[in-house]
Amino acid sequence: MTETQVKGPQAPDRQARRNNASASARSAHVTVIRPATNWPRLDLGELWRFKELLAIFIWRDLKVRYKQTVIGGVWAIFQPVFTALVYTLIFGKFAKFPSGNLPYPVFAFSGVLAWQYFNASLNVASGSLLGNVPLVTRVYFPRLLLPIAGVLTPLIDLMLALVVLVALIAWFHTWPGPAVVLAPFFILLALVTALGSSLILSALNVRYRDVQYVIPVFMQVLPFLSGVPYSLDGAPAKWQWLLSLNPITGVIAGWRWTVLDGPQPVPGQLAVSAGVALTLFVIGVAYFRRSEPRFADTI
Amino acid sequence: MPPAVAVEGISKQYRIGQMQPAYGTLRDSLVHGVKRLRSGHLHEPAETIWALRDVSFEAQEGEVIGIIGPNGAGKSTLLKILTRITSPTEGRAEIRGRVGSLLEVGTGFHPELTGRENVFLNGSILGMTRGEIARNFDAIIEFSGVEKFIDTPVKRYSSGMFVRLAFSVAAHFEPEIMIVDEVLAVGDADFQRRSLGRMEDIGDSGRTVLFVSHNLQGILQLCDRTILLKDGRIERHGPTPDVVAYYEQETMGTGPELVWSDPATAPGNDLARLQSVRVVDEDGRTSGTLDVRRPVGIEIAFEVLREGWPIVPKVKLYDQHWAICFNAIDVSPRWHEPTPPGEYVATSWIPPNLLNEGRHQVDADVVTIASPKLIPHASVHQAVAFHVYDPAEGDSARGTFQGQWRGVVRPLLEWTCEER
Repeated sequence: MTETQVKGPQAPDRQARRNNASASARSAHVTVIRPATNWPRLDLGELWRFKELLAIFIWRDLKVRYKQTVIGGVWAIFQPVFTALVYTLIFGKFAKFPSGNLPYPVFAFSGVLAWQYFNASLNVASGSLLGNVPLVTRVYFPRLLLPIAGVLTPLIDLMLALVVLVALIAWFHTWPGPAVVLAPFFILLALVTALGSSLILSALNVRYRDVQYVIPVFMQVLPFLSGVPYSLDGAPAKWQWLLSLNPITGVIAGWRWTVLDGPQPVPGQLAVSAGVALTLFVIGVAYFRRSEPRFADTI
Repeated sequence: MPPAVAVEGISKQYRIGQMQPAYGTLRDSLVHGVKRLRSGHLHEPAETIWALRDVSFEAQEGEVIGIIGPNGAGKSTLLKILTRITSPTEGRAEIRGRVGSLLEVGTGFHPELTGRENVFLNGSILGMTRGEIARNFDAIIEFSGVEKFIDTPVKRYSSGMFVRLAFSVAAHFEPEIMIVDEVLAVGDADFQRRSLGRMEDIGDSGRTVLFVSHNLQGILQLCDRTILLKDGRIERHGPTPDVVAYYEQETMGTGPELVWSDPATAPGNDLARLQSVRVVDEDGRTSGTLDVRRPVGIEIAFEVLREGWPIVPKVKLYDQHWAICFNAIDVSPRWHEPTPPGEYVATSWIPPNLLNEGRHQVDADVVTIASPKLIPHASVHQAVAFHVYDPAEGDSARGTFQGQWRGVVRPLLEWTCEER
């Protein structure tokens, strides 16, 4: 029965395709394939060439996240609001945790916002390779795009939830001072920390699936070490230096300082946090790039 | 003009462990590490295999190169290296131009997204720019035939719709170098026909194509040159018909030529004995792959040892499904008389445009006709084999049709047609 020509949809216009082909021929470049080295280059130029794919990954993750939900993006606001509410009731009203001179609800919500951004970034980015196995084993692109997309996507949720923060600030009259211009810097610090750790964790996760079980345990403890539900100002100075080794401590304190006009963090402690974050980032990039050639073979 | 693809001494080594379940747990590694420390062997030699060994070739711009070989020969590994999914252990390759791969259509499709969204997602993943996708969007949708469901999540698509849309996106990607792995093996007959047609278009449009397939018919139809990989090495590299013939002889054990150099072991009796059987083209050259539009000669050389009987050469031809195409004997009057002793070479000519495409096996006999019986003197089952292929240039019995063509034979008939 297959002898008869089945009338199918028309083939695309050949001439049009030829034209496309000659247009892309002009952009031809030479790709050199050679064995993986122990010290691969970062190759920012290549990352830049793939910027459209990065945008597509972010767009895909946003699209998929709230498909088949009724309230969609509102969930991005609901989650931190609910967490802050629980904190306020339990830690604020009942346990009377210190919140400096700030009203506890706005203190908690601002901390939760920054924390949830970090938490979401780390979770998405560290699982990004395992979450895209078909892509990793079938198509080439710089694998760095996946964890990078993982830490950029939650920024959108953060933006949405900022509306609530502004409303709370207006309600409690805790308007920020001029330091507010530095606020993005602390989100950037959270981003660099999340990306640096995710690069290590996602690459480890390719070989050792244990990583995905360790992360949630660790992330349950971390808010309390980072001063999310309470202020760490009361802690002895030498402990504060130790705590600042955790970059998220710097993120939370700095964020409250800039958006709520909270107490200014000690610059030296901020520098330690930033230094640790940058070190994590550099180690992460190096480890990731070095493991990258083996991802498709081991995942 | 430098070649579009230049591969120099590419090798790929796998640790055996990597080929097995691909990951271990952290505990396994720790336990293993402690064991190694205690036994004092820090660098335990891992068991390794070479999936590819010293593979070199070049493809000029516009060439269509086939890559064939048994399972595990390293075909997929080679493609994975050329598409940069994995890196080689040794060697170097240079590729001029954008590389597109059809390793698997639909890579990156997300079930929750609509057809429209997936076209953009999949196109970007394949390497198209957003502008290219937007320009080709209408053509992609039309080719796929799923216009009505383009804003429906693809998880609600039938598998046929899904494959059509996925293939359609890939078919509109226009890289300079196309790497194709076995796409012709999926989908229904119509889909296979269209993908083969599409592959032909790609070849015609001056693109460089590396085409991996087990479908030797498709390879013969599309590829100028073919590389045969075996155990990770290039076993043969040359014009497609030669390489395919060699490969078929290697794997099936039967080739286009069979010669008995020692008369003592040659099949036969005290009357007649076979010397050789060959498949020849019209110029008399031994050939294992023949163009469907050319005649095929089956040459039987035999020796008559004593006079007494009329000795007649006979061939029996099977197609690839082991259906008997025909039996044939030489009916000329010269075989009516008892055959004088001596050496004879008889060739039967199968006319052009008679056999269908595919592999054919030949039984060669010398017999005496004693109706209603044939008395065999020498008889060899599956003496030789050859492969008939159609370059599909439009002047064979399939015309411009690209798809599967059934039938034991495929004659080019004369048609008459009158308007009433």
